[in-house]
Amino acid sequence: MSEEEPIGCARPTGGPVGQHEAEEETRQSEESKKEKSSMIQVGKPAPDFTAPAYHKGKFTSVKLSDYLGKWVVLCFYPGDFTFV
Amino acid sequence: MSVDSVFVHKMWNDNEISKMVEGGVPFPMLSDGGGRVGTTYGIYNVDAGVENRGRFIIDPDGVIQAYEVLTPPVGRNVAETIRQIQAYQLVREGKGSEATPAGWKPGKPTLKPGPDLVGKVWEVWNPSMESDD
Repeated sequence: MSEEEPIGCARPTGGPVGQHEAEEETRQSEESKKEKSSMIQVGKPAPDFTAPAYHKGKFTSVKLSDYLGKWVVLCFYPGDFTFV
Repeated sequence: MSVDSVFVHKMWNDNEISKMVEGGVPFPMLSDGGGRVGTTYGIYNVDAGVENRGRFIIDPDGVIQAYEVLTPPVGRNVAETIRQIQAYQLVREGKGSEATPAGWKPGKPTLKPGPDLVGKVWEVWNPSMESDD
């Protein structure tokens, strides 16, 4: 599920999975951009993504769809070392 | 998940969080530099360049069952997130035969939706039943 990643000086990046075409389309018009931002709905599939991660002393990569079959809480927050 | 790099995640975990929680953060701390994932989920704050406090409950089929989004200055209530997961797990096990009323907690009565329940919720659930007293 999460193998350790080789770490260089470049900052590892991830992103949405399988949405490159959709992203191209959103660049074409503001209207389709709005449609994309309203994609999130309860009862609808969570958009898949990969992201670099720090987990128990290792740098790994996490893909949301690897967690199918489990309950997942996906939490976003403004920043490390913040106060809340 | 935040826009911080995995290197900052490591420093935060090792130097601060591990002093608040034994063993440090038990789950993966994800990095979303540039906010592309946050943008997909509709919680990236473009003006501040950070993620808002978005929290998504995703079921074993990969379906979003619930979400909550707060602006940065107010923190979340973890107990409420856990309560919602417990409720969704119960509903899933019952394959939709049971529903949980407002304020439901594990051990409290559930509702059995159907023609017989119409107009009769008051007989099986009262808001005062939310409390543990």
